[in-house]
Amino acid sequence: MRKLLVYLKDYKKETVLAPLFKMLEATFELFVPFVMADIIDYGIGASDSGIVLHSGLLLIALGLIGLLCSITAQYFAAKAAVGFSTELKHALFDHIQTLSFTEIDTLGTSTLITRMTSDVNQVQNGINMVLRLFLRSPFIVFGAMIMAFLIDVKAAFVFVVTIPLLAVVVFGIMLITMPLYKKVQAGLDAVLLATRENLTGARVIRAFHKETEETERFEEKNTALTNLQLFVGKLSALTNPVTYIIVNAATILLLYVGAVRVDEAVISQGQVVALVNYMSQILVELVKLANLIILITKALACANRIESIFEVESSMQWGETAQAASGQVILAEEKERMAAAQENTPAVEFDHVHLAYAGAGAESLSDIHITVKKGQTVGVIGGTGSGKSSLVNLIPRFYDCTKGTVRIDGRDVKAYGMEELRGKVGIVLQRAVLFRGTIRENLLWGRKDASDEELWEALSRAQAKEFVEAKEGGLDAPVAQEGRNLSGGQRQRLTIARALVGRPKILILDDSASALDYATEAALRTAIKELPGDTTVFIVSQRASSIRHADQIIVLEDGEMAGLGTHEELLAGCEVYQEIYYSQFEKQNAMQN
Amino acid sequence: MKNRSGQKETFKKVLRYIRKYWIYLAASIVMATVTVALTLYFPILTGRVIDKIIGPKQVEFAAIFVILRQMAFVVVFTALAQWIMNVCNNRMTYRIVQDIRNEAFRKIEILPLKYIDGHSYGEVVSRVIADVDQFADGLLMGFTQFFTGVITILGTLGFMLSVNVTVTGVVVVVTPLSFFVAGFIAKRTFTMFKLQSETRGEQTALIEEMVGNQKVVQAFSHEDEALLQFDEINERLGDCSLRAIFYSSLTNPSTRFVNNLVYAGVAVIGALYAIRGGISVGQLSCFLSYANQYTKPFNEISGVVTELQNALACAARIFELIEETPQTPEAENAAILQNVKGQVELSHVDFSYVPDQKLITDFNLAVKPGQRVAIVGPTGCGKTTVINLLMRFYDVNSGKICVDGKDIREVTRESLRENYGMVLQETWLKTGTIRDNIVMGRPDATDEEVIAAAKASHAHSFIKRLSKGYDTVIGEDGGSLSQGQKQLLCITRVMLCLPPMLILDEATSSIDTRTEIRIQKAFATMMQGRTSFIVAHRLSTIREADVILVMRDGNIIEQGNHETLLAENGFYAKLYESQFAS
Repeated sequence: MRKLLVYLKDYKKETVLAPLFKMLEATFELFVPFVMADIIDYGIGASDSGIVLHSGLLLIALGLIGLLCSITAQYFAAKAAVGFSTELKHALFDHIQTLSFTEIDTLGTSTLITRMTSDVNQVQNGINMVLRLFLRSPFIVFGAMIMAFLIDVKAAFVFVVTIPLLAVVVFGIMLITMPLYKKVQAGLDAVLLATRENLTGARVIRAFHKETEETERFEEKNTALTNLQLFVGKLSALTNPVTYIIVNAATILLLYVGAVRVDEAVISQGQVVALVNYMSQILVELVKLANLIILITKALACANRIESIFEVESSMQWGETAQAASGQVILAEEKERMAAAQENTPAVEFDHVHLAYAGAGAESLSDIHITVKKGQTVGVIGGTGSGKSSLVNLIPRFYDCTKGTVRIDGRDVKAYGMEELRGKVGIVLQRAVLFRGTIRENLLWGRKDASDEELWEALSRAQAKEFVEAKEGGLDAPVAQEGRNLSGGQRQRLTIARALVGRPKILILDDSASALDYATEAALRTAIKELPGDTTVFIVSQRASSIRHADQIIVLEDGEMAGLGTHEELLAGCEVYQEIYYSQFEKQNAMQN
Repeated sequence: MKNRSGQKETFKKVLRYIRKYWIYLAASIVMATVTVALTLYFPILTGRVIDKIIGPKQVEFAAIFVILRQMAFVVVFTALAQWIMNVCNNRMTYRIVQDIRNEAFRKIEILPLKYIDGHSYGEVVSRVIADVDQFADGLLMGFTQFFTGVITILGTLGFMLSVNVTVTGVVVVVTPLSFFVAGFIAKRTFTMFKLQSETRGEQTALIEEMVGNQKVVQAFSHEDEALLQFDEINERLGDCSLRAIFYSSLTNPSTRFVNNLVYAGVAVIGALYAIRGGISVGQLSCFLSYANQYTKPFNEISGVVTELQNALACAARIFELIEETPQTPEAENAAILQNVKGQVELSHVDFSYVPDQKLITDFNLAVKPGQRVAIVGPTGCGKTTVINLLMRFYDVNSGKICVDGKDIREVTRESLRENYGMVLQETWLKTGTIRDNIVMGRPDATDEEVIAAAKASHAHSFIKRLSKGYDTVIGEDGGSLSQGQKQLLCITRVMLCLPPMLILDEATSSIDTRTEIRIQKAFATMMQGRTSFIVAHRLSTIREADVILVMRDGNIIEQGNHETLLAENGFYAKLYESQFAS
């Protein structure tokens, strides 16, 4: 939590003023029983209606000042809490964007989303309430005790005994029930899981007519949850009656002590009334305090979770900083850049590259060594988990290789600035993701200043022109969140077009035509082959037909290169490739071609 | 107005659930009354004690002791009544919640697939979980606070009137002020809160989009734009949150101020009466504590009302689910399909998901027992539609589907589905052990049979290697199993019961070659002598099929076998060319 407090620094004034005004309000509240005692002792006791009216006005004045103080406090508290969460969210969003793929993988995106939304809200709420109440309630509790001491020391000892006792009971019950509530949450999760499972598996469950059994399973979990809730409920239902008993027992004791002290002529009748009033003020505040503590524990847990996100630092350093580190590197790189201009520098080079993901036991890629010339098409094929995506993800430096070097135009990818590198490489990921907005807005992600003509050109190359034209609004047709209003194939083609808009020097299609039918995919392949300029293309696929015409085919198995060459070479000499190929094409069919 | 009557309707339905637990409700009301009466009696006793403490040497200790003892009894009984009331409320609420959840779940099991396909799972789940929870909170809070609140108001009023009418008048006249103040603020802040939650929704959507797809954002170096977009919403949210939070936080101080006014009024007028000897000091102190007690429920009730409204809104959403029309019930004398040979006939079938969007029109197909039907077409062409109709997940709009000459709408769903073995590409496994998942179709299968089925479907070798073999517990949706392994398990499931008709979905791309070969082999074993419908991607499967259905945009556009379709030189021929003869 402490680290997050920096986001309150622009609201120092508010953070101090809010509780201060709250305390002022509380102070005025504490005077009320005192004034009341005066009314009884001097007003009624001396039959002086002047004093009564006077004191009545005083009570209203106290209330009015209290109101003003309280409103001021609420304003400052709200301002500080909202300001805090606004800045926190900004910083968090900014921070998440700097994380590299490795960190995003470890944290998981759904976690990041909850941290940014519900967790931040909880903290905001917590801060707001703390500023308002955290000082006020203890202040009243102890203030009431001090006032009691001012009236009479002996009577005040009743308070000295009661307050700790109350605290122990209230917080004791809380301590016992809180872990139980966690269990309730787990029970609820089980019910939730059963519900979701039955929705996702509706077809299978019905195909096997398991409806009755599933219902029984659900009811069993539901009953378990209810029983748990009842048990916890029974315990927490104790809080109110127990506090009631303690406070009122104290009142009875207070009345007795008061009676004795009045008899001894130490205090007056009005003062006894005041003491009783103080006791009931304490009860009210303690209940508030207990609720507040629950809120604070929740907020603190959320704050810690948010903090742990801030503690994750990006494991990547980009070009600029790397250059600044050593002057000599720059010179060497200048030379390399010159060399890059020359025709025969390879566009992409994997120099004995190894990759092990963070936390993974084994390497995902081992000793990959390839040289790709400008304008070549490279096919990458292999089974699931063979490392195809890992291989191409190294080119735009989504991950850093653990050993070896990846070079683009003769220069280490680590020496590039992030924008420079990613501008050069256009990658179409496996999962076709689009963003809410219009088709045009999505395509412009590729390059902000692309003209409509260029967009249409990219669409036509990606075999998407036809369906975009058919859409109402064409380029301005709306795209829902994640592109949900488009079919899988349409999404894939749009993501390809988006990459093409950026006119990348290196284009990577990571199994991104899987939802396309063969005819469309073939047309796409031809269109990409005809890309102007020396575009180097990587095609990752599970289909042999998608990559068989590539200039080079990399066959991966368990992260190792099981073969490298053209279709004919591999078919002749690479066992893994043969297996893949023949499983998809029957022998004689292959022979015919 | 409509809204109000809707609320009334919902409330009536809630009452129906409560009826079953009327005994708890009655007990709760009785205990609430006892609690309130005793709570109100306590200040009276306090007042009596105070009246006996007039001044030095004027304290009647003997009388005081009697009253103090009474007070002790009152306190203990109040606490006891309070506890019983809480427990009753808890019990009633949680039991009702349990009933509602069970009913909602039972409904899910008989909802037409159309509903399930048409609603996001998250939405339905949130009705069953979050809405019911919120409803429970509202109900619980409503019961504990509403009853005690109302009874307190009435009780206090009665007690006060019995002591002094004028002073009571002050309390009664001034207190509703706090009600108005609270209502006034609530009305003003409602739009602010709405704006806040809308803006918050907007922000959440953006976060989900950008953070959820952070990889794409980074691949296109789109971070700065994303941050700008985020900040714009963030600022707006900050502004409207501040307004909403601040204005709504005015409620408490304002109503407290009204309370203070009441308090001051009672103090002054009461004291003036006391001077004239109208009431005693003890009675005044009793009045003061009533003044506090009387105004508090007013403040609470305004909170409870919003909470209850919220709860009713949630309840309405749950009832919407519970009252959703279930799938067409079984025909009255629905027959049980037995000894199925596997003859399937579709005649003049019309079907569409949306009334005005025609999909399948006048479709005819006759499949003899043991024949293979391959369904071919580009992705998204609607191959699942055929499965939906065959399994009767959806009913045809017109025409009919017959199995062994019987219209499938005239046989029980259970017996129809029992005769189909279905393996879809989107595998689904439930949480439980591997064995639990395999025996879904035949819970009485012996271990030997399970292992035999697993061997036949080539799943045995990987299951054996799992930490606990067939007893390995897998998490939601297969947990750590690979896509291929999940599909093998689904095949084993069907392999164990081997019904006379099969619906199979061939793997496309997410499975590695070796597993795919295994799956292929398993499919081949299963299909022997069985009527099978295969969503096909592989040339060999297609060529060996007796009938090929070519689908496009939801329609079945061509029908025939490999040779006749090639000769037709239509869409199938084009598809074949591009796919296999490049």
